[in-house]
Amino acid sequence: MGAVSIAPVELDEPVVDDVVLPDTPWITIVWNDPINLMSYVAWVFQHHFGYPKAKSERLMLDVHEKGRAVVSAGSREEMERDVESMHGYGLWATLQKDD
Amino acid sequence: MAGRFLRKRAPARVALLLGEGEERLLRDLLGQVAQLVAPEPPADADPLAALVGIGTATSASADPVLARLFPDAYADDPEAAGDFRRYTEPGLRARKHAAATQALAVLDRPPEGRRRERVLSADESMAWLGAINDLRLALGTRLGVEEDWAEQLAALDDADPRALLLAIYDWLSWLQETLVRSLP
Repeated sequence: MGAVSIAPVELDEPVVDDVVLPDTPWITIVWNDPINLMSYVAWVFQHHFGYPKAKSERLMLDVHEKGRAVVSAGSREEMERDVESMHGYGLWATLQKDD
Repeated sequence: MAGRFLRKRAPARVALLLGEGEERLLRDLLGQVAQLVAPEPPADADPLAALVGIGTATSASADPVLARLFPDAYADDPEAAGDFRRYTEPGLRARKHAAATQALAVLDRPPEGRRRERVLSADESMAWLGAINDLRLALGTRLGVEEDWAEQLAALDDADPRALLLAIYDWLSWLQETLVRSLP
């Protein structure tokens, strides 16, 4: 990440995947933590993603009860922006390729 | 403690009501948060990188509080997490520092009325929301707060120095809850 590499002739397999499948979905995961308030986490989902109140609260409950929830999906760059925003709000978030 | 946020109508605004002691406490704690998240001095940093907001830290801090405020973005890929951190942590620090500073600036305004009320702009409400949350993350992480922290608090002896800090944490949680509920 962070730099655009000029593709060499011999691409190794994962890089080829990235190039050929630019739509490979990435996901943002928010993890449960004992400090963030439930009301605040639901507010963040509503405010940042523009999700309806019911969806925001369902995602918040997933985080709280299942330990994690996938809160958004898209390109790697989009997910990095979402994770950065979640860290800005103080939520514990990571991104990964959707397996 | 009587401090709380409440919603004002027409126009919709959030008001902050604080007793004098609560105000002193918040001033002290928010000042500590501002210091904690302040952008790191670019002492040995590449000046050009610092200029465009690229940091040098590539791994999470050994301090659990800083590691919680600026966590790894990739759970299983240290290299990607390091790159992400270099590009995002300076900006995150700057925004968190600005929020704590803006929250403190509100306290510099004289309160109005017997209720010692300060009406916040929309920006100031967001700054308070972020700053109180960062404060709770810092204090809660330092205290090792768990899901059942109310029971942790009840189990502590009054003489335990953590009892006072947990009581403050408890109050901050309540204060933040009143803010979330007061947002337009």
